[in-house]
Amino acid sequence: MGYKAKFRIWRGEAGEGALEDFVVEVNEGEVVLDALHRLQATQTPDLAVRWNCKAGKCGSCSMEINGKPRLGCMTRMSTFTEDETITVTPMRTFPVIKDLVTDVSFNYQKAREIPSFTPPDNVKPGEYRMQQIDVERSQEFRKCIECFMCNNVCHVIRDHEENKPAFAGPRFLMRIAELDMHPYDVADRKNAAQEEHGLGYCNITKCCTEVCPEHIKITDNALIPMKERVVDRRYDPLVWLGNKIFKRSGSGSGSAKSG
Amino acid sequence: MTQTTAGRPTSEPAGRKQRAQIKARTLRTDRWWVAPAITFAALTSFLVYGFWAIFDKSYFVEPYIAPFSSPCLATSCPEGARFLGLAPFGDWWTLPPGFLILGLPAGFRLTCYYYRKGYYRAFWLSPPACSVAEPHGKYTGETRLPLILQNLHRYFFYGAVLIGAVLTYDAVLALRDAEGNWGHFGLGTAILFINAALIWAYTLSCHSCRHITAGRLNHFSKHPLRYKMWTFVSKLNARHMLLAWLSMYSVMLADLYVRLVAKGIINFPFA
Ligand code: SF4
Ligand code: SF4
Ligand code: FES
Ligand code: FES
Repeated sequence: MGYKAKFRIWRGEAGEGALEDFVVEVNEGEVVLDALHRLQATQTPDLAVRWNCKAGKCGSCSMEINGKPRLGCMTRMSTFTEDETITVTPMRTFPVIKDLVTDVSFNYQKAREIPSFTPPDNVKPGEYRMQQIDVERSQEFRKCIECFMCNNVCHVIRDHEENKPAFAGPRFLMRIAELDMHPYDVADRKNAAQEEHGLGYCNITKCCTEVCPEHIKITDNALIPMKERVVDRRYDPLVWLGNKIFKRSGSGSGSAKSG
Repeated sequence: MTQTTAGRPTSEPAGRKQRAQIKARTLRTDRWWVAPAITFAALTSFLVYGFWAIFDKSYFVEPYIAPFSSPCLATSCPEGARFLGLAPFGDWWTLPPGFLILGLPAGFRLTCYYYRKGYYRAFWLSPPACSVAEPHGKYTGETRLPLILQNLHRYFFYGAVLIGAVLTYDAVLALRDAEGNWGHFGLGTAILFINAALIWAYTLSCHSCRHITAGRLNHFSKHPLRYKMWTFVSKLNARHMLLAWLSMYSVMLADLYVRLVAKGIINFPFA
């Protein structure tokens, strides 16, 4: 039972562009990405759209549908009424290459700025002993498909391009939380989160959580716990006093890892 | 500079690859403003009520004390209302006694991670809703004064535990009748108990509480007891928003109820 769906799609290159209207047939069970592909096949062979898996697992087809960050391959046409005009635009926070395809290299840059897993010197690979409950929290974060819709929706950089150098975005603050919670990671993630990766910019308004297609509780389980860990290190007068006394007596260890 | 995201030029140098030029503040088609509008109205109503209640003098009627004015620590408090019979603040304190303790619960809710989300969105519009541009030209979040003080939330949590204990104590005292004999159970008693329970649920579901129980640890398996507590608090924590609203309205209604009884407006036998 197909019908003619109305689309308004942003088309252009390198920032310059405009919304253009299209009418395209859609059939039962289809998703927005199917409609875009039919447009490519029948009317606009040069329409640029990035995709790979069509199964919500590769994180390539991030776009904004009716103003909300969504995966094109996971947004069912049945969620719209037949007479509705569906607006499709590229992610707003990243520069546009062409049409719906954005240059997401900001995210790869931020990923590189985070030092990788740093085990203690005296534990060799193969000697790690952890139980399931020790890694459970991090496993939630590993569900991330790197669609970067959380970084795209985050108002810290979406509305303030100038904050980009100072802010890693929810995706990578979550990565820092993952490493900080790791039983065998000894790198200083807390000061780094606050000073180098801009955790303080996050005002926990939870848009990252709202858009995450993997339903990761980014704010509740990664960002807020990380903020609390930073408080331990930097804003807790008792801990601060303890560290002072510790350092003076010369017995302070370099790592203040707890537990 | 041709790039605009919310009708505002950004600092990106011209000539570099740019964001899609879209003038609209948002392309959302749903009623995204409903949620912040409700939050705004609900929080405002609470503030208005709180402002009235703090100056209202009828906060005590044997055996009930209104939660907004408890613990009552001033000499102006009626004999029976004094917390543990004490009046540690002496005669010089002439303002309503509620002011003495107001800071604790107010600070707790003001720095609460959920309320922060609520008022940053509804009052400061930062952002009003997801993928709706905020109206501010500059944004530094919680990186500097005054908002960096939000990091003090956990100290208010410790204070809130005390408040929870006091409200429970008040509910237990409400098991006496006006003459001080145990065994009374009025509608007011039930209301104070329900309120105390909701306040506890809200307090224990706090993110700082979750962190303190075991969230700060990396080796859960080495601390089985704390891990158990964390698991319990995490379950509550998932309902933190709901508990924030329930406890806010329960404390408001309990407070109002006691005041209405004290004013004689409610005077049925089981009050
Ligand atoms: S919760 Fe923080 S990181 Fe997530 S979208 Fe909001 S401000 Fe950005
Ligand atoms: S955390 Fe969620 S929204 Fe963010 S990149 Fe990963 S899958 Fe996408
Ligand atoms: S195409 Fe892979 S997530 Fe949509
Ligand atoms: S009370 Fe809401 S997070 Fe602490």
